[in-house]
Amino acid sequence: MSRSTPLRGVHERLGATLTDFAGWQMPLRYGSESAEHNAVRTAAGLFDLSHMGEIFVVGAQAGEALDHALVGHLSVLAPGRARYTMIVNETGGILDDLIVYRLDEDRYMVVANASNYELVARELADRARGYDARVTDRSDEYALVAVQGPRSAEILRGLTDADLDELKYYAIVPGVVAGAPALIARTGYTGEDGFELFVPNEHAVPLWEALAVAGKDAGLVPAGLSARDTLRLEAGMPLYGNELSAAITPFDAGLGRVVRFDKPGDFVGRAALERVAANGTTRRLVGLVARGRRVPRHGYAVTREGAVVGEVTSGAPSQSLGRPIAMAYVDEDALDKGGLTVDIRGSQEPVDVVDLPFYRRSK
Amino acid sequence: MSTIPEDLSYTKEHEWVAGLDDGLTVTVGITAYAAEQLGDVVYVEVHPEVGSTITAGDAVGEVESTKSVSDIFAPVSGEIVEINQAVADEPSLINSDPYGEGWLFRVRVEGEPEDLLSAAEYAALTSGES
Repeated sequence: MSRSTPLRGVHERLGATLTDFAGWQMPLRYGSESAEHNAVRTAAGLFDLSHMGEIFVVGAQAGEALDHALVGHLSVLAPGRARYTMIVNETGGILDDLIVYRLDEDRYMVVANASNYELVARELADRARGYDARVTDRSDEYALVAVQGPRSAEILRGLTDADLDELKYYAIVPGVVAGAPALIARTGYTGEDGFELFVPNEHAVPLWEALAVAGKDAGLVPAGLSARDTLRLEAGMPLYGNELSAAITPFDAGLGRVVRFDKPGDFVGRAALERVAANGTTRRLVGLVARGRRVPRHGYAVTREGAVVGEVTSGAPSQSLGRPIAMAYVDEDALDKGGLTVDIRGSQEPVDVVDLPFYRRSK
Repeated sequence: MSTIPEDLSYTKEHEWVAGLDDGLTVTVGITAYAAEQLGDVVYVEVHPEVGSTITAGDAVGEVESTKSVSDIFAPVSGEIVEINQAVADEPSLINSDPYGEGWLFRVRVEGEPEDLLSAAEYAALTSGES
């Protein structure tokens, strides 16, 4: 039996195509996913992300507990700021990628993926043992509504008392939005400026409707998971289950920078990750742009002169580039030699390796 | 509820066939229901060239959307006499006009056509799926 967010009725009224995602009935698209994608790049999109998990870590040693539990250095994070980080297992494999918000001195909110948050909550509770820190999974109490796109600040401004000009990228502040008590974060997964609004479930529908009305003239449209996926792919952001898994370390994913060996004390996965960092990796996550119009997709082999040299993790037609794009793990040797192809249903289609991200917003 | 024109025939694989009653040459496309399921179509290819012979049930092409790729199956046997270049250049025609400008190819039918579905039968099939 799949679960529904508090906004399911709204999505149905809007005529959304619903899809099962990590056990949740979520809007895939409301109309044309390309139009939704383009609206986020040029105006703004409204997303229901209530399937995400919110885990609170509270106590005098909350920061130290997170330093031990995660690969990042969270105890030095300033109150009101956020950080992208990961939780790994003892062998350095990624259990989830996370955004951790420090709400105040002794209170953190860990936002985890829908598919993983129950595991993350259990692991955090386990790893926080012995610290003065209490771990509470409050995912069932919170809805998450995101406004993403260049016009999102202008849309939100009229609905809140919070000073959005003072709210930097990767920061969070409590405030009231359209009458709803909210945690207002300037974070997202689209490559655009935008906000993520965490509100108690009962406020989700009125908040959504107030945003839809306030954003109408600015071109705000509801946007589904299909647009979210192509937006994050263009922005070069990894998706757990595609680019990231327990078989992958942060270094394989090109995200070694999130692993903070310089923090004091041991942390889960440190010894394994130090070995990976010292030995280097033989495969690397890269961006691919197809020369043709056929799309390299998740699971397709990357080939070179007929030999398999890698695997596509995500792929889609790119609105912003006008051609198909993909992320893939490819052997370093093959990257040095060049001349890569992707096996698209039996046909070897040429691709070019490019730096990530594919798309970067203009300031 | 997507439209299902009364005067067309259909396959379980969501193709439509027009002109079966009129004679030898039929037009083939994919249904509005299929187009809605796919989402925005970004690439269409019909593999055989004009003049090739196809057999009902063969995979003869593919249609790609943002999220997925699907085979196009031949609904009838015969010779391909025309392929819609406009839809290859502008695949979104499948979303905007699946029964009109979004047609895929024309076939000169050979032999008796396979069992195709009526509009009512196809409506029953798709209401069961959604």
